[in-house]
Amino acid sequence: MKNTDSTGHVKGQSIYIDDIPVKKGTLYAAILGSPVGHGKIQRLDISRAEAIDGVEKIFAYKDIPGENQIGGIVEDEPLFAEKELHFYGQPIALVVATSEPIARKALKEIVLETNELEAITDPREACEKKEFLIPPRTFKIGNIKEAWKSCEYIFEGRVDSGAQEHLYIETQGSYSYPMENGSVKIHSSTQGPTAVQKTAAKVLGFPMHKVEVDVTRLGGGFGGKEDQASAYACMSAVAAHLLQKPVKLVLHRLDDIKMTGKRHPYSSDFKIGLSKDLKILAYQAKLYQNGGAATDLSPAIMERTLFHSTNCYFVPNTEVTVFSTKTNLPPNTAFRGFGAPQGAFVIEAAISKAANELNVPKNLIQCKNFLKEKDEFQYGQIAENVNISKCFDSLDKKYQIEKLEKEVLEFNKNNSGYKKGFSIMPVCFGISFTKTPMNQARALVHIYQDGSVGISTGAIEMGQGVNTKMAQVAAKVFSINISRIKLESTNTTRVANTSPTAASSGADLNGNATRIACEALLKRLTQTAAQMLNTKPENISINDEAVICNGKRTEIKWEKLVETAFLDRVCLTENGHYATPLIHFDKAKEKGHPFAYHVYGVAATTITLDCLRGTYEVDKVLIIHDFGNSINPVIDQGQIEGALVQGIGWMTLEEVVFDKKGKLLSNSLSTYKVPDIYAAPKVIECTPLETEGPELAVLKSKAVGEPPFLYGIGVFFAIQNAIKEFNKEYKPDYDAPLTPEKVLLRLYDK
Amino acid sequence: MLTFILNNKIIKEDIHPGTSLLDIIRYKKDLYGTKVGCREGDCGACTVLEGSLIGEKVVYKSIVSCLTPAGNIHGKHIVTIEGLNMSKLSPVQEALVDNSGTQCGFCTPGFVMSLTCHCMEENISDKSKAINAISGNICRCTGYKSIERAAGDISSLMKNKDIKNPVMWLVEKEFIPAYFKDIPGKLKSIQNTTESNGSLVIGGGTDLMVQKPEEVADKSLKMLYNDSGFKGIFVENNKCIINASSTASDIMNSQVVQEVFPEILTTFKLVSSEPVRNMGTIAGNIVNASPIADLSIFFLALNPDLILIKGNKQRNVKLKDFYLGYKKLDLEDGELIKSLVFEIPEKPYFFNFEKVSKRTYLDIASVNSACFIKEEKGVISNCFFTVGGVSPVPLFLEKTSAYLEGKEISIESISSAAGILQEEISPISDVRGSEKYKRLLARQLFFAHFIKLFPGKITFNKLIENNNIV
Repeated sequence: MKNTDSTGHVKGQSIYIDDIPVKKGTLYAAILGSPVGHGKIQRLDISRAEAIDGVEKIFAYKDIPGENQIGGIVEDEPLFAEKELHFYGQPIALVVATSEPIARKALKEIVLETNELEAITDPREACEKKEFLIPPRTFKIGNIKEAWKSCEYIFEGRVDSGAQEHLYIETQGSYSYPMENGSVKIHSSTQGPTAVQKTAAKVLGFPMHKVEVDVTRLGGGFGGKEDQASAYACMSAVAAHLLQKPVKLVLHRLDDIKMTGKRHPYSSDFKIGLSKDLKILAYQAKLYQNGGAATDLSPAIMERTLFHSTNCYFVPNTEVTVFSTKTNLPPNTAFRGFGAPQGAFVIEAAISKAANELNVPKNLIQCKNFLKEKDEFQYGQIAENVNISKCFDSLDKKYQIEKLEKEVLEFNKNNSGYKKGFSIMPVCFGISFTKTPMNQARALVHIYQDGSVGISTGAIEMGQGVNTKMAQVAAKVFSINISRIKLESTNTTRVANTSPTAASSGADLNGNATRIACEALLKRLTQTAAQMLNTKPENISINDEAVICNGKRTEIKWEKLVETAFLDRVCLTENGHYATPLIHFDKAKEKGHPFAYHVYGVAATTITLDCLRGTYEVDKVLIIHDFGNSINPVIDQGQIEGALVQGIGWMTLEEVVFDKKGKLLSNSLSTYKVPDIYAAPKVIECTPLETEGPELAVLKSKAVGEPPFLYGIGVFFAIQNAIKEFNKEYKPDYDAPLTPEKVLLRLYDK
Repeated sequence: MLTFILNNKIIKEDIHPGTSLLDIIRYKKDLYGTKVGCREGDCGACTVLEGSLIGEKVVYKSIVSCLTPAGNIHGKHIVTIEGLNMSKLSPVQEALVDNSGTQCGFCTPGFVMSLTCHCMEENISDKSKAINAISGNICRCTGYKSIERAAGDISSLMKNKDIKNPVMWLVEKEFIPAYFKDIPGKLKSIQNTTESNGSLVIGGGTDLMVQKPEEVADKSLKMLYNDSGFKGIFVENNKCIINASSTASDIMNSQVVQEVFPEILTTFKLVSSEPVRNMGTIAGNIVNASPIADLSIFFLALNPDLILIKGNKQRNVKLKDFYLGYKKLDLEDGELIKSLVFEIPEKPYFFNFEKVSKRTYLDIASVNSACFIKEEKGVISNCFFTVGGVSPVPLFLEKTSAYLEGKEISIESISSAAGILQEEISPISDVRGSEKYKRLLARQLFFAHFIKLFPGKITFNKLIENNNIV
């Protein structure tokens, strides 16, 4: 089943924020950002800028009718800076003009004098200075102190992973206009329409019902529009409300890349202890999360780092602490994987270090420590339906890992200028928002009189194909042709109090809500059919657009059934509500059962390294992935390939560089490089693990958005192995991304 | 009066010649299929086709509309995604749908344009060429494998293409709408030259539209991109003359140039992306004076001359002497580069270009380097080495080159020369790499020239063994 949006996409007819036909009198906005990483505003004079022909008004914090506050989890983020500046590009004022060029011209005429203060960009330094966004948290199991005594081998090390720019090709944007009775409607490129609605209501001083948020689709999100779309939606909404005119704010790429937060960089220290037979007995880690200048989603990301800090391994004695530090970078935020890749990278590095020191293959240690049925995670959940060893065995069976390794060895023996590297990257990823109350969703399903179906959910379509999956769920429950079904925009007046489309859970939550709504409607239609056929409802079913009675296809088609039900005054609208059962988590104890289920998979990666130039190519990534019973293999395959390549980008090319003052140096697409078609692996093969799939996944089809991002980590270790082949004196270190610069320096480091 | 054809309509409007084509398409003509991604030619979401009348035919190439100043499309046919749409999907669109080559869809129209442009080439298609056509398109959802599969399907549909008249063939096969048949006639009717004599000189726009778009959109311009006096690549008295407005694509596709540099079709793929190569000119690359400019580093290794003109006055200057310091040129006010000229060397000779950047394609080099070597009986009789990104200007390695002249090609001589190279360069740490890295990389690329050109004599192993410590 193809993505239902694809025809519109290839014709250029799909609508994004900047494609919405504008209303007459629309004004355009541009943001004045902080010119310093840390400082104080001495003087802000907008008089000359405001006098420019075409400039309607310039807004700053004083103009905000409600609260100047957009912090979601912690209220520590002003919409517009008041006196202090905490990161380069922090919004200070909003110019609204009759055109975008005029607004941008006016920006240059604003007089801003600042007093620059010392900036912190390093999370370890922030930790020393006790600059925390929230208090540190620790997850533990067993007795770490005692455990070291029984370890045969103990290794320690440091791991760093860098930031990552989302680089959704559609930048942040919003289009707001006044509605009657003082309300505001906002079109926003957001993953979280309710977050936008709630934040805008607060900033406007409104009850939530006076703010309507509508989202058709996003030109990419990847987490970057989960929380951070709200600021730009609020800005256009404030301007639209105060001016009583439509206002569009679409960020210039250079502003977007400068002002928005990125994947959190982490710096970590680990200590790992193994028994003589390579069982990991103890694992201790301290992870310093670089949160940036405001809390944003850092606490939730920190939490997921803790949950996934042991990846797919059972370690009986674990103690992991994350420090969420405050620095002078843009507030870092959600990005596919949400802290899990950063946490998993540390234990993979620890295992790699142990393998190097002990001179054993890394995958030997990996295999020996895979989670097993009924093992306890460090957060108290008991592992069930564990598929990690199955994935590994299935990969081995299909490709013979020994053979893959031999090919690499053979190549390396015969080549001096080029070396190949190989690695195995296993993945375990928990599905559910770790904040239990967020695991709920609603779907509003209308069956129209003619038999066509309209569905609204809280899910945001951003390329992951969630709308297609919703339509599939409805088509399956009703057993009708999918062409009868249309997914509406996501709108807060139709589906309220939504969770953001995030945590890979969009299809599970909204799909189950859709299923529940459709099942209720089906029940009513079954009763109608029973009446029509003068039988009992239990004798009725619908199959392939027709009513089946006692197993026999009748003359009553879907359209007739719907029409009859309508005339009989049966309600053809249903609101389905779903809340994931069984899950809970007690933060006081840091124990519970936070995940509905886990996703597993294993990737085998081979790369070729040019030892003269320090450049590399990914030859192949072979994956066995646990999809459950995939509802849409084509879309899910796209998610695997896409997440993998994004993960490879994070581990290789994508280097976010700030200077000491917190100024972004990789501030454009010419200095920040994401994978292009040539940087993708030459071969990606992904085979589904044959399993049934868990009950809690929508139609037993497991969530797929984030877990495969972690496969990209395998490329780091494959490159590192190739470096080792060339430079026998290289002592592996763990500093991602492994750019061609870092590679070349390590190839020739003595 | 700016006159051009947008899809099937002739447009005649007073538009400032420095306005970006992207803004015209989206905000003046309300065609929203062409997307704004980065406004610096680095994502390809705004890719459109530019058709030029050549004789009786219209020849199409892909360009990024964000960096195209309106003045450059005067008398051309501009095709957006709306101009490709027909009642049913084109085979290009269909291949993308069938292979699930779209996720969020924002980059998709750009891919459709680039792939359609590939079909329109007067050339035999294959999968690797089709992929090269999308080398300037970024898909952040990274659906590259499915897009690659679509590209494969498309190239196999091109098997029986009439390469002499692909446009007509494509109309027949419903790849493009029928109105394309009428475009040559329509274009003929709007051919007229416009004078531009402003103060800001602009060529393809690929640099100025990134560096100072507001200024370009505001100032009076002197536009050289379509000025026939600045076009053309030819040979005269054993000299190769590349006129100022020749684009990177013009250069790599020129038979004259290919004769001198047989590898150029491969080498130039390291230079930016297809649509940007279709726009960026050699004079622009030189005058921009970036120390890392690929074309400058490439041609500098032939020690060429620049012909500079101002009114009726003309003077020659060596390219290596043209750069006076960081972004400082030996160029008078009002003086223009007319052409780059180099003596065609007598065969046999050796030439090589190396470039390493963070991302191999569509990226600016950390370090690049070129070399020209003439060798007689194992001895270097004449050579020029250049290196970029390691000094305030594109660097002609005078001392290194002079040292090697008369030397045997050996591990020892190359190793010694590498030492001299280190003295000649003065890299600084910046976003493209640390000083230490650039020094090491400069050495490696210098070695790469010899390893590639003299595999019998110079092997990687020996060279590296001899130069173990940096």
